[in-house]
Amino acid sequence: MNPFDYRRAEDAAGAVATVAADPRAMFLGGGTNLVDHLKLGIVDPDLLVDVTRLLPDGVEPLPDGGVRIGAGMRNSDLAADPLIRRRYPVLSQALLSGASGQLRNAATTGGNLLQRTRCVYFQDVTMACNKRRPGSGCSAFGGYTRYHAILGASEHCIATHPSDMAVALSALDATVVVQGTDGERRVAMTELHRLPGDAPERDTVLRHGDLITAVELPDLPFAARSRYRKVRDRASYAFALVSVAAAVDLSDGVIREARIALGGVAHKPWRATRAEAELRGARPTEETLRAAAEAELAEARPVEGNEFKPTLARNTLVATLRDLVEEERTR
Amino acid sequence: MSGLLENTSTRAIGADIGRVDGPAKVTGTATYAFEHQLNAPAYLHPIQATVVRGRVREFDTRDAEAVPGVLTVLTHDNAARLADIGDAELAVLQSDEVAHRGQVIGAVLAETPEAARQAVRLVRVHYEERSHDVRFSAARTDLYTPGEAEDDEQGDLAGAMASAPVTVDHTYTTPMEHNNPMEPHSTIAVWEDAGLTLYESTQGVHSVRSTMAELFGLDPERVRVIAPHVGGGFGSKGPLHPPVVLAALAARLLPGRPVKLALTRQQMFDLVGYRSPTIQRVRLAAEPDGRLTGIGIDVTAQTARFKEFLEQAGKPTEVMYAAPNRRITHRLAALDVAPPTWMRAPGECPGMFGPEVAMDELAVACGVDPVELRVRNEPGTEPASGRPFSSRNLVACLREGARRFGWQDRDPEPRRRMEDGWLVGTGVAASTYPTGQMPGSVAAVRFEDGHYHVRIGAADIGTGAWTVLTQIAADALGVPVTAVRLRIGDSSLPSASLAGGSTGTVSWGSTIVAAAQAFRERHGTAPADGAEARAGLPDNPNRERYAMHAFGAQFAEVRVHADTGEVRVPRLLGVFAAGRIVNPRTARSQFIGGMTMGLSMALHEDSVVDPRFGCVVNHDLAEYHIAANADVVDLQAHWIDEADPYVNPLGAKGIGEIGIVGTAAAIVNAAYHATGVRVRELPMTLEHFLA
Repeated sequence: MNPFDYRRAEDAAGAVATVAADPRAMFLGGGTNLVDHLKLGIVDPDLLVDVTRLLPDGVEPLPDGGVRIGAGMRNSDLAADPLIRRRYPVLSQALLSGASGQLRNAATTGGNLLQRTRCVYFQDVTMACNKRRPGSGCSAFGGYTRYHAILGASEHCIATHPSDMAVALSALDATVVVQGTDGERRVAMTELHRLPGDAPERDTVLRHGDLITAVELPDLPFAARSRYRKVRDRASYAFALVSVAAAVDLSDGVIREARIALGGVAHKPWRATRAEAELRGARPTEETLRAAAEAELAEARPVEGNEFKPTLARNTLVATLRDLVEEERTR
Repeated sequence: MSGLLENTSTRAIGADIGRVDGPAKVTGTATYAFEHQLNAPAYLHPIQATVVRGRVREFDTRDAEAVPGVLTVLTHDNAARLADIGDAELAVLQSDEVAHRGQVIGAVLAETPEAARQAVRLVRVHYEERSHDVRFSAARTDLYTPGEAEDDEQGDLAGAMASAPVTVDHTYTTPMEHNNPMEPHSTIAVWEDAGLTLYESTQGVHSVRSTMAELFGLDPERVRVIAPHVGGGFGSKGPLHPPVVLAALAARLLPGRPVKLALTRQQMFDLVGYRSPTIQRVRLAAEPDGRLTGIGIDVTAQTARFKEFLEQAGKPTEVMYAAPNRRITHRLAALDVAPPTWMRAPGECPGMFGPEVAMDELAVACGVDPVELRVRNEPGTEPASGRPFSSRNLVACLREGARRFGWQDRDPEPRRRMEDGWLVGTGVAASTYPTGQMPGSVAAVRFEDGHYHVRIGAADIGTGAWTVLTQIAADALGVPVTAVRLRIGDSSLPSASLAGGSTGTVSWGSTIVAAAQAFRERHGTAPADGAEARAGLPDNPNRERYAMHAFGAQFAEVRVHADTGEVRVPRLLGVFAAGRIVNPRTARSQFIGGMTMGLSMALHEDSVVDPRFGCVVNHDLAEYHIAANADVVDLQAHWIDEADPYVNPLGAKGIGEIGIVGTAAAIVNAAYHATGVRVRELPMTLEHFLA
């Protein structure tokens, strides 16, 4: 890796000012993604600004019934938080399904959101990649695509976002609190990450120098029975082929509300709004669940090498909803 | 011939003794190659070809040389000429030719590893690129028959297939796989006036010494290789690969200064070998009761265009089952790839996948229990050679395994059992591995300060050699293990053969027995201080008369999720017949380690070659999956008491590799029983079961 300066920031405003002023500066959180990328030569910053000491690292209840998660909170701490486990089990489950114990101990909430999309060709600087070098071409087409997107991809990029936590946050309608040079602003979790379009080099809508300081979850009582189902090639320590974060509000045998997001299928956590619309007001028969899943996946476009993923996504979504409905019924 | 050990009263052999190197390993004080503390080392990072085939026209090294701390850039222009380049893989930096992507075409030497790595990135290489071909297929028209494996035909398999009431004829495939020991290949090389010293992560210090001496035109006495502890090899640290040669070439430019090289995980996928993919057409001809009238395997494997290596996957079919008609063939595809090498039971491991799945298919076709089917086809003598077995207890393993596993009440119908959304099934397969012995070892025994100092240049690659050789020496000398001081892992010790082919314990152990006998014959039971004797590995005339193999049976329970196709293996049970077990603790560790690798092969391991780039693209441990702890649930290894008076003075058979053999077939067979879906390719990923 290239030599760089390391600075520990004292406060958020100062960190933002430092990075915003230097196009070759980057924030350093847990480092579980960035340090790999430094070694692989994917990025070569001149300055790393360590923000792990200054960011809040706890969970606090909000007056409106929601909760606020500090962006510096480690993934393992967040997964184990009693409030999160009780009220948003989908988030705890998603976190625990990700990476390894060692990585979760280091990774932060903000850093987890900002990990880059994953693709073997992005990770190898000797191969063309539009994300690394805009306009150089996409090597994934015609290559190894097992973990690649089937929804919302473009001809420029078919990489997927690897975060499990972000999929749960997307289903929960989380809000991301961002400190920029103009002060604090709020970005809906579903809007934070981008689809690749013709600018796959940009994973999120954030500007250079923007710092995530917190994530807020709304009050969502039925999320107390939410769940995360991750399907992967080995039993632990593997990225999702497909994952589903879901919560269902069922009363009198009718689905009042559903929150669903898919992982492993797109450049961003894929909020399944079509499936949610299909389910709203419906009776949760096997046919209804299947129709909802198929509606969501109607525009799935697999590429050579991941043809199985639409079927896998459909089956996983139906199975997760079925389990949730069963749990609601027997409650 | 095992009288000495039979009569001993101390009985260290067979005792459950903890690893003698355990405390050093768990406290981090066991020194691995890269960790030896030497003064003022320099660091080396390889430059690798980014084309598959062609030649280097020019290096532009100006920016690299400007990096602070860079000492020199090494290329074919300034590297020393080697004395012997008969092995093209080891002809490192001897020309400008590029024969595979990732090949070492240079290196940077620097004061720090960071500077070396940064400078490598700044070297610009201009190539003259040529077209390449890395596509592996049995349909290639340029396949050839390797000289070391002529077609082996007995009787008329085609005729047997044509006339048999029941036949199986399918093609099975295993992918390219990489050895991936936990410790990457690492070297510290030091050139001094006296010669070359190498701290090397290797399966054999003496083979490194002799090969490096030949390459550099040195008297072997001027090369010293040190490897007290090795973090796994799985075959990839048996034969030499380019990195150690590169380190020595670099060190030659910096006389007196240690040069350190540790491969990155990505480089491990380019430079140190792998298991060839195999395509296996398996044919079985049988009577309605399952008795085989014919068995055949036609293997296609790949090799490098510039160096031949054959994955001898047809070998176990010479050994396993009786059948009057037999055909074993091997074909090679020579491609623009790095050379394959030994990996975890080369030959037997992939070669017991296709045939053992085919046997399960035959059991289904005949309506015969798969355990019973194998018993019915038990041969009286080794089928291909006609030689008697020194011992063969496959049937006992199958019966004992069936009993322990609870096989007897098994309903053979597939897709009948569902628990919590998971389809459940069970399967079985056989294991085998030859009981080899490598020539060339010498051991010395010296009595000093009240201890017996036993010296042999053996290698402990995590297997337990430190421990079991101490036990063998203790019994051979008739003293407690605490009276033995063992030294291994240094080429200044008496010569030892490689840790490979599951031959280490029996070859080194038999040598130690001979040396102990020589010591007692010369010095008696009350030796004087300084008394010493040495002996080489004696010939064993029984090796000509008998076929010598270990056998085993593996049972698997598999769950396949009805919605997602996810595959889990909640239970694996192996029973082995491998002669005398020297240490049950280290033996169990080897068996379950092998079975875990077999599980990993069944479900996960797959080196994905992108033919456009000519290299493995999933080249790290996030993308190349090896079984994680959560994949391994209830895994048991047992063995039967087997006395074999012919194999060696210990009565022991090698156990380093048999554990992986047959595991994948047992798992695939269990998945068929769970789902009714027959998978004939590895790894067995979830999409096979999606509907």
